[in-house]
Amino acid sequence: MIWIDTIIQGILLGGLYALFAAGLSLVFGIMRLVNLAHGDLIVFAAYLILLLVSLLGLSPFLAVIIAAPIMFGVGWALQRHVLNRVLGPDILPPLLVTFGLSVVLQNALMEGFSADSQRLPAGDIATASVQVGGLNLGVLPLLTFASAILVIVGLNQLFYRTELGRAFRATSDDAVTAGLMGIRPDRIFATATAIAMLVVTLAALYLGMRANFDPNIGPARLIYAFEAVIIGGLGSLWGTLVGGVIIGVAQTVGAAINPEWQILAGHLAFLIVLLIKPRGLFPRALD
Amino acid sequence: MEILSLRNVSKSFGSLTVTDDVSFEVEQGQALGIIGPNGAGKSTLFNLITGNLTSDRGAIRFDGEDVTRVPPMQRCLSGIGRSFQIPQPFDHLTVFENLLVAATHGQGKSEHEVQGDCARILEQTEMADVANDPAGGLRLLQRKRLELARAMATNPKLLLLDEIAGGLTDAECAALIDTIKGLHARGVTIIWIEHVLHALTSVVERLLVLDFGKVIGIGDPDEIMNSREVKEIYLGIDV
Repeated sequence: MIWIDTIIQGILLGGLYALFAAGLSLVFGIMRLVNLAHGDLIVFAAYLILLLVSLLGLSPFLAVIIAAPIMFGVGWALQRHVLNRVLGPDILPPLLVTFGLSVVLQNALMEGFSADSQRLPAGDIATASVQVGGLNLGVLPLLTFASAILVIVGLNQLFYRTELGRAFRATSDDAVTAGLMGIRPDRIFATATAIAMLVVTLAALYLGMRANFDPNIGPARLIYAFEAVIIGGLGSLWGTLVGGVIIGVAQTVGAAINPEWQILAGHLAFLIVLLIKPRGLFPRALD
Repeated sequence: MEILSLRNVSKSFGSLTVTDDVSFEVEQGQALGIIGPNGAGKSTLFNLITGNLTSDRGAIRFDGEDVTRVPPMQRCLSGIGRSFQIPQPFDHLTVFENLLVAATHGQGKSEHEVQGDCARILEQTEMADVANDPAGGLRLLQRKRLELARAMATNPKLLLLDEIAGGLTDAECAALIDTIKGLHARGVTIIWIEHVLHALTSVVERLLVLDFGKVIGIGDPDEIMNSREVKEIYLGIDV
């Protein structure tokens, strides 16, 4: 029973990693931009929520509703005024700029909030659990996993059922030809990053309620997100969820064997998948 | 009524003149073929008409407006559609979605407004059976047809075709010619650059010959092809 419990905890943890990864996957899929500051943007959003919680006395769930449009604007401005300028045939400039942004964000948060670890006050929900067939499942992990599924369903609907989604995919295929059809790639990119920041805000909510955070934990979240995206196969959001679940399960199983093995087990699972299926579990048919 | 006119249009890259004092006009509903040896400046001429290149001298009028300095996206909106020599479909979108994207953004309309038009264009270009297939998996004839269909989806008054018949087998070429004839019969004005002469002459009413950026002749296809000048310069026959 303890093993089943461990695996289910891992699956639910995978939902959080999928939330970390969905925004990264969205941005990479549309503009081939590897955002090295993605993890730090999650931490930034967590501090933004914390600020709203402590200044206005809101619950984190309400604070997210205010934080989300702010992050949307941050994403739009970041893409429009910074990242669009460095996108091009050379992949190095965007890597350097987002790496620099990562350093700036970490130090700015350190300056503003100190290195003390923080936590979003979740109230009763943090410890609440439901009994399912002899297993005790935390409400918060269940909520996280459900949110991940909602986000993925939502993004897939957006991608395949809307005019904006088709413009996203057309631009992803060939930005120059899309431009000749009257699409403005710079605006499409800005909208994509803005939407990715909405997902980032949601990821930040669950990150901040689940565990302590401090200004320096961003890069590790970035790595989990990356691994989830790559295990799943680039371009597949459901694959990203599976990738997150694999890392989550590997981590909790590793931790159950020996607490020191938690992080290592996650990375090992990633390497094993990469050895067996270098293009990920669900690669796109055409590439 | 003339839909397009070029007056003394010239374009040089450095000291190389690729379009040299070109003047001609195209009537509404007409099909004009353009031939000429490689490097004669045919594609450059298209780029000048679509606005991808700006002419150094001369004036281009489209649909009653001077468009000489108008950027390409606006020319697309005002009704100049183009197919590319090398098909460039959006590989991960379905055939239908390729048309939807071109139609909505090329005309500035909503998807709802253009759906019917897109379905009709798929019928006209004989692509209806592959409407929901990803464009990346299409074979050459279908890719060429999609290129044509996507240009049509922007609802052009003037359709520019760039070597659309190249690389097809005879049977495929015949099928494509039928499709283009069908579009022409519906009143679409066409300018068509092509090396496959029998394809071209079976559709167009007028033929323009270009060599070293200059117009060598323009008029009835048979007369043009039989003129001494064209045979000497274009076909390289010593008459």
